[in-house]
Amino acid sequence: MIDQLINHLVWPIVYILCITIPLILAVAMFVYWERKVIGWMHVRMGPNKIGPFGLLQAFADVVKLLIKEVILPTTANRFLYYLAPLLTLVPALAAWAVVPFSSKMVLSNANAGVLYLLAMTSMGVYGIILAGWASNSRYALLGAMRSAAQVISYELAMGLCLVCVLVLAGSLNLTDIVNAQAGHKGILDWFWLPLLPVFVIYFISGVAETNRAPFDVAEGESEIVAGFHVEYSGSAFAIFFLAEYANMILVSFLAAVLFMGGWLSPFPSSWGFIGQGGFPWLLIKAFLFSFLFLWFRASFPRYRYDQIMRLGWKVFIPIAIVWVLVAGCLKYFGWVTIGTGV
Amino acid sequence: MSRITHYFKSLLLIELFRGMALTIRYMFKPKYTVRYPMEHIPKSNRFRGLHALRRYANGEERCIACKLCEAVCPALAITIDSAPRESDGQRRTTRYDIDLFKCIFCGFCEESCPVDSIVETSIHEYHFEHRGENVVNKLQLLAIGDRFEKQIAADRTQDAAYR
Repeated sequence: MIDQLINHLVWPIVYILCITIPLILAVAMFVYWERKVIGWMHVRMGPNKIGPFGLLQAFADVVKLLIKEVILPTTANRFLYYLAPLLTLVPALAAWAVVPFSSKMVLSNANAGVLYLLAMTSMGVYGIILAGWASNSRYALLGAMRSAAQVISYELAMGLCLVCVLVLAGSLNLTDIVNAQAGHKGILDWFWLPLLPVFVIYFISGVAETNRAPFDVAEGESEIVAGFHVEYSGSAFAIFFLAEYANMILVSFLAAVLFMGGWLSPFPSSWGFIGQGGFPWLLIKAFLFSFLFLWFRASFPRYRYDQIMRLGWKVFIPIAIVWVLVAGCLKYFGWVTIGTGV
Repeated sequence: MSRITHYFKSLLLIELFRGMALTIRYMFKPKYTVRYPMEHIPKSNRFRGLHALRRYANGEERCIACKLCEAVCPALAITIDSAPRESDGQRRTTRYDIDLFKCIFCGFCEESCPVDSIVETSIHEYHFEHRGENVVNKLQLLAIGDRFEKQIAADRTQDAAYR
């Protein structure tokens, strides 16, 4: 009885904490890094006052947000208003359950991992819609509508990109997908090469789905103030913030897992130590992808709403559909080698 | 034909990559930020900041209460009262107030002064904590002059050739 309790309750909770606490810390450091990088790209310094090099800035912001009052607008729906931030955060954290950090390190080695991921990333949109509707503010509602439409449109393109990966890997299990990219040539064995257009589409869709610049019409500071979370303050706002950044990191990790060989080393396996796979490789790859998010934000102006829809429906989805076909051919005629060794 | 090339250009994201190349170059450029309290940008010796009243080397105050500065002040920030000094009967000010909220720091008072008494120093970091502190009186102005005389004199010498 006690053994069962420990095996089925205590250890999973320990594992979950082992993932979520570093994740939340990573979000804090990511916020700092974002402000720093964008500052550098604007030829200024970014935060540099709090702690050495401003490293504690994010924590100071967190403390500030937590001690602020959570204001409930008078006409807001109380229950939904408080539920919405949780509905955004929970899927953003839950999606991490199936992300394989190395060949052994994964919380849940689910067979339908990719489906679970798609489900979880789509769930986040409910939180956004509820937040926009429950705050009973026209800006929030507009932001929520935009965000929902955008997430749903790009979900399609993203799903088709994942289909390409599934076709090549022949599995929905994320660990198997990474193993299918293993080979002796290192970086050349990974799926980004045969699936290059799809890889680009996946990442851009990921940017759009997390409502980040240049697809941040849902926030649109210059037109609708802050979008769906305009009425939120204090810790409720902090939760939205946390969810957004956790989602960004998730998309970066997934790009690394699905297209860039997860924990595999980019060097040929014959190169000895640096040819071996491991968690640090995944971390480096995810870091580079998350840097792209910041790079985009510093480089590109915001898309107009109809341009976003045009890009999603008229460009990405057709290309992705065609590439599903191409991936099928690649697999059927054996033009790509899948999982040769290691 | 140009439509086709344009189509492929946009499909290959060439313009976007060019933009990103630009931003990454800027990321490694030296930053323009001046970390203000620790760093200062160079200041001209003609900088017009906080006012001061100067003295001669023997300690005698320069101001002779001619009221030219009061007359020339476009913002009516200066108020002067004068009377013969009790000890030797010389014409001196009994009151010399400058309202720093009215002052527009045009420097006309300094230009008009025949004895180089009222000057604008290069001090620009000062603040008031209470109502009414914006009006500085003669004693305060003289004190500022005494404290920064070296700097004031150096700035005036440097500029003398162009006057």
